[in-house]
Amino acid sequence: MCLWNWKHNMSQDPALENETIELLTFKLGDQEYSLDIMCVREIRSWTKATPLPHAPSFMHGVINLRGTVLPVMDLAKRLCLPPRQKSDRNVIVVVKNGDTMTGLLVDAVSDIVALKCGDLQPPPETGSQGVPAVIKSLTLIEDRMIRVLDLHNVVSFAKKEAA
Amino acid sequence: MTAPDPMAEIRASFFVECEELLEALQDGLQQMDEGSADHETIHVVFRAVHSIKGGAGAFGLETLVHFAHRYETTLDAVRSGSLAVAPDLIRLFFRATDHLSDLVRAARDDTELPEEAGRELLCDLDAHTSPLDDEPIPEIEFQPLGISLDLDTSGVIESKRCIGFDITFKPAADMFDTGNDVYPILGALAGLGPCEVTCDTSELPVMDKLAPETCYLSWQIKLISDVDEAEVASMFEFVEGLCNYTIDEVFDTKHASENVGPEKSDISPNLSEPEPKAPSPPGPPPVKSTIKRSADTDAAAVKTVVRVDLDRIERLVNLVGELVINQAMLAQSLQDVGLSPHSDAMNGLEEFQRLTRDIQDSVMMIRAQPVKPLFQRMSRIVREASAAVGKDVRLISEGENTEVDKTVIERIADPLTHMIRNAVDHGLESPQDRRAAGKPESGTVRLSAAHRSGRVIIEVSDDGAGINRKRVQEIAVNKGLIIAGMPLSDTEIDNLLFLPGFSTASSISDLSGRGVGMDVVRTSIQSLGGRISITSVPSEGTTFSISLPLTLAVLDGMVIEVAGETLVLPLNMVTETLTLSAETLDSLQPGVDIVRVRSGFVPLFDLGHQLGYRAKKESYVGSVALLITHENGSLGALVVDGIQDQRQVVIKGLDDTFYRAPGIAAATILGDGQIALILDPSDIIAKAADVPLELEA
Repeated sequence: MCLWNWKHNMSQDPALENETIELLTFKLGDQEYSLDIMCVREIRSWTKATPLPHAPSFMHGVINLRGTVLPVMDLAKRLCLPPRQKSDRNVIVVVKNGDTMTGLLVDAVSDIVALKCGDLQPPPETGSQGVPAVIKSLTLIEDRMIRVLDLHNVVSFAKKEAA
Repeated sequence: MTAPDPMAEIRASFFVECEELLEALQDGLQQMDEGSADHETIHVVFRAVHSIKGGAGAFGLETLVHFAHRYETTLDAVRSGSLAVAPDLIRLFFRATDHLSDLVRAARDDTELPEEAGRELLCDLDAHTSPLDDEPIPEIEFQPLGISLDLDTSGVIESKRCIGFDITFKPAADMFDTGNDVYPILGALAGLGPCEVTCDTSELPVMDKLAPETCYLSWQIKLISDVDEAEVASMFEFVEGLCNYTIDEVFDTKHASENVGPEKSDISPNLSEPEPKAPSPPGPPPVKSTIKRSADTDAAAVKTVVRVDLDRIERLVNLVGELVINQAMLAQSLQDVGLSPHSDAMNGLEEFQRLTRDIQDSVMMIRAQPVKPLFQRMSRIVREASAAVGKDVRLISEGENTEVDKTVIERIADPLTHMIRNAVDHGLESPQDRRAAGKPESGTVRLSAAHRSGRVIIEVSDDGAGINRKRVQEIAVNKGLIIAGMPLSDTEIDNLLFLPGFSTASSISDLSGRGVGMDVVRTSIQSLGGRISITSVPSEGTTFSISLPLTLAVLDGMVIEVAGETLVLPLNMVTETLTLSAETLDSLQPGVDIVRVRSGFVPLFDLGHQLGYRAKKESYVGSVALLITHENGSLGALVVDGIQDQRQVVIKGLDDTFYRAPGIAAATILGDGQIALILDPSDIIAKAADVPLELEA
């Protein structure tokens, strides 16, 4: 079942000088994350995935997305967050990175927020360990810290790790 | 969206046409080579080259026009009879055709070919024609409409002696019992030349006297042709004794056609009815090429062909795949509702299932293509390969019209090329050795395709010395592939060829042995769901046999259950199912289980454990195991938790961009919408050694 389906319109606000960015925010455990809404294709309710043999732990499995086989990644495991309880609010966010579609299993989607690009700030230097950062930027909404994910690094780094 | 460039479209269709013309050209040359050519063949060949030249002119493809023109000039000399057909000449034509297709491809891809390649050929071609013919290429050669395929039959016929025949033909009643009919015979006669047919209805009785199974009609045919009486009589070969006919030579004149009057180029099917003379249009020259053409097409049964964009077919194939899945889902939900199997809805569903299967089969047939173009490409490989190693090799291809899925054809081309090269280079002996062995000097490579029990079998065989098993074993030992002194059966030795890093030729020629060995061939065939095997008889030759699935879109599978997951095994790999009992089970060493099947021992693998779904079972007693046969004939048994069903499943590719699961070939969607993985049993068993005995949780 599809809960939402967004139509993307690139020329939404051509007049605005200060570009706005819309983010889809969702929860993983007690942390809040977000993704640029432009890369989100749809959100699907949780369905049982078929596990792949000997797959890395963050590979949740594959599901049937209207006749195509969609790989689903457990985002919390991918980000090395502690395991948490399953609930009915768990959803699969279908994202598109380049030409590949991937499902991301998240605990619950919360909101769509529109921000000015200027409201985003880069994460503080923590000294990278040669690992591409999965968090692109941070922002504050009503005093809550929201992490903006770098989808490409989330998905493509997983590729290298699995290979 | 930008409007497509109309010129680009025309250009694209020209290249498609070129491919067809080149195919016809190849065919024609093949016939001439085999000596099965008739006088029409050279015309077909000539026309093909001519049409390519004409089209190329329209697009300003200078190099192509230039070469085609010189080629055409030589062909023209053959056509007009001033140049005799010799095996050498045919070989030259083959080479010229290869070059021509290179040029066409280069023009299509907008690349340049090195000019030297053609220069030598041109010299050879010109050597066969008198300098007179070497006129400059007419500038305004092309007229898009003018590239008609008509050949000037009028010229051909008028220059020859024409004979008029008066033929009477009266079929006996039992002629129709044998499946013969009047129409094809008249059609065949019309193929010989212009003719005029009249039907004699005078014997027809009045209605109440008419016996329905008797033939009262007879025909009078006036035919003008350049063939002799025997050939005309041969048209009645099939109905010999089933009819009365007479053939009289009546006149012999160059312009005999005038006597016949307007020629009827089409014989309408209602000829058997009394028919007055065809309406006579004021007739220009009586002999039209249409007659010749109809003779042509008669021979090759007229087929209408529609050119369809591949994308559209792909879409249709996908949609049908969806339909099959949806239908299975519907069936499942109707069952869950608890409808009686005899209710209307269930009956309707059954009909629906039958239709879906029919649609699926028909759609798959659209994708199926004859292997002929592939085989033609191989004949070129043989020519090039044999020239490179200085052996005289004849390629015999069989079953060219066998149809296989397009993707299979595309992906089999490279392995097949490699095998053909191997056959020429390693399989066949040198001419000296052949002579010494009392064989004809020229070797034979046979390429055949056939359908056998739902699969396609492609065989490459040579009549060479066979596999030198002693030498193979030595090499394998030297390369550390096997241990010296290991007793191996002949089949086992032959299969050593498929090991990575194996090459038999003692010296690496530049033809084969370029680092890609038979292991690559085997891998690519396996990735298509195919199998490859070798049989070899010393001093008689070697045969490689490839067995391939007809399509890559559907698969007959056995639906099994392991650790709560539903999986699919390709049915063709499963030889039998076993129920394990304590008596048949045994252990070779800790962790290595075997099962006794009749008198043999087969290694046993726990599928759930191999896939990492659960820990290894404590005891297999009472479990079900599937006996799997590998390409090389070895056996393995997989323990499963249950067998659910046997059905056709639609193959869905797995997106393996970020994770490629071992042992998994593809996926499919089950009736309940869930995805089931399609297993690759060989891969699972091959990797079994890597799976640790104890799995962490």
